[in-house]
Amino acid sequence: MNKIVFDAIVVGAGPAGNSAAYTMANAGLNVLQIERGEYSGSKNVQGAILYSDALEQMIPDFREEAPLERHIVEQRIWMMDDRGHTGMHHRSDDYNEDLPNRYTIIRAQFDKWFNRQVRDAGATVLYETTVTGLIRDPRGQVIGVQTDREGEGFYANVVVLAEGVNGLVGQRSGLRSELRPEDVALAVKEMHFLPQETIESRFNITGDEGVVIEAMGTITEGMIGTAFLYTNRESISIGIGCLVSELSRVGKGSPYQLLDRLKAHPSIRGLLEGSEMKEYAAHLIPEGGYRAIPELVGDGWVCVGDAGHFVNAVHREGSNLAMTTGRLAAETIISLNKRGQACTKKALGAYRQRLEDSFVMKDMKKYKDVPRMLEKQGSTIMDTYPRLMNGAAQTWFRVDGRDKKAKENEIVKAAWRVRGLGLLGDAVKLARAWR
Amino acid sequence: MSDDVENRLFQNRYVVDTGKPHIHVTPHDAPSEELKSMVHVCPAGCYSQNEHGQVEIVADGCMECGTCRVVCQNTGEIQWNYPRGGFGVLFKFG
Repeated sequence: MNKIVFDAIVVGAGPAGNSAAYTMANAGLNVLQIERGEYSGSKNVQGAILYSDALEQMIPDFREEAPLERHIVEQRIWMMDDRGHTGMHHRSDDYNEDLPNRYTIIRAQFDKWFNRQVRDAGATVLYETTVTGLIRDPRGQVIGVQTDREGEGFYANVVVLAEGVNGLVGQRSGLRSELRPEDVALAVKEMHFLPQETIESRFNITGDEGVVIEAMGTITEGMIGTAFLYTNRESISIGIGCLVSELSRVGKGSPYQLLDRLKAHPSIRGLLEGSEMKEYAAHLIPEGGYRAIPELVGDGWVCVGDAGHFVNAVHREGSNLAMTTGRLAAETIISLNKRGQACTKKALGAYRQRLEDSFVMKDMKKYKDVPRMLEKQGSTIMDTYPRLMNGAAQTWFRVDGRDKKAKENEIVKAAWRVRGLGLLGDAVKLARAWR
Repeated sequence: MSDDVENRLFQNRYVVDTGKPHIHVTPHDAPSEELKSMVHVCPAGCYSQNEHGQVEIVADGCMECGTCRVVCQNTGEIQWNYPRGGFGVLFKFG
C-alpha cells in the first residue's frame, strides 16, 4: 500500500495552526490539519481581541465575512484597590475608521470561520482526532504523526506544531522542556449576556463600537496577574488570571473565587448587573516571555503560537503573535517546498530568522526581563502601588478644608512610609525591564 | 465540589468519554503539597480530599487547561492525557 505523504501536517486549529495551514494551502501545498475538537474553536479559549494587522497579512478582506463583535474605540487601564480604581482611559473617534485596528471576537465562532477558509483553500482537516506522538525515521527526522485513530499514522515532509500552550506532543517527544509553573498563568473567564442596548448605554457606545478594560491590583490578592472585561455585541467577556506558581503556593483561594470577587467589585458590579452567564472557561497563558521560548525548529518540525510561548504579556498580545508565527513558519516551508529542499533543522532555521526580522522577536526581546522583575516585585506591583495610587487620588480629589501643600506632603509621605528608598529602586527596575 | 463551581460548569457542554477518564491520580497514602493544592487551584473543582486525606479526582467537569499537570509534574502523582478526539469540553464561545 502506498502511503500518502503530505507536504505538511499541522497539529491544532487555533490561530497559529489555522494561519499556517491557510498560508500553505493557499500556496498550493498539500496540507493535512488535525484538530482534537469537534470543530476548530471548540477547545480554544481567549478574551478575546483580534488584531486586524496579523490577519490582514493573509486575508485582506476578512472584515466582509469574519464573525467580529465590536471594533475597539476605548481602552481603559485600571489599577484597582478593594473599593475602586484609578486608571487611564483612552478613546478616540479616529478608531471609527474604515478598517478598524482591533476587534472583540468570540473565539469558537471566529476559529470556525477561519478554519473554513483553511478548508476552502484546499487543506484537508481532520476533526475529533488527537495527535498522540511523532513518527521519526531512523535518523531521527520527524516524518509524521500518530493519532488516536486506528491505523498507522499520517506522514508529511514537515510537521507544524500549533498545539497550544499545553502542548503534549512536543513536550513528550522531548522537543521542548516541561512548562514551569512560574511561566504560565491560569485564567478563568465567563460569558455574560445582556441586551445590546444595555451594553451600549453602560459603555457609552453605539453601533459596532466596543470598550475593553484591562485591570490589575488587589483583585489578584498580591499574586501576579491581571483581569479583563471586553464588550461583545450582546455579551461581556470577563476574566482573571494569575501565575500558576502563585495560585498553587499561596493558597489564597480558587480562581473562580477571584472571579467572583472581581464581579462583585464596586467598579465592575454595575457593568454586569442583570446579565445571564452562559459559559465558564479556563485556559493557561504562556507568560514566561522571551527566555521561555523553546527550541523552535528541528529536523522535520517547527513550533508556532502558544506552543512556542509567543505571548507579549505586557501588552496582552498573543493571538497576533500566533497568527504571525504560523504564517512565517508556513512561508518558510513554502519556499523550501518550491525549491525542492528538505525540511531539515538547518533549512527551517530561516523561520527563526524571519521571526527575528519581524515585530515578534523584537517585542519578545524588549520585555525579556519583565517576568523576572515581576517574580521578585510581584506583590509590590500588584498590591502596594495600586493601593498607594488609589489613596493618593482620594487625598488629591477630596475637598476637606486641608490646604493643597499639606495634601501633597501626605501623598509623598504615604509612599515613603510604604516603600522608602525602595521607591527609587522600583523605578530603576521597572525602567530597566521596560527598555 | 462547591456550589460556586458546580453552577458554573452546568452552563458548559461536555461529551464525557464514559469509563475512560483522561486524568488519573496515582493511589497514595499522603498527597504531596502540590497535589493537595489542586483542591483549590483546579478551576473546575475536579479535585477533592477524602476522609483519609487522600486526593481524588472526578474529571467530568475538566476544561483541559493542564494546570494540574504543570503543578504536579515532578511528583508523578498525576497521569494526564487529552481526552480522545471529539470528547471532553466543547466550548460554545471560548
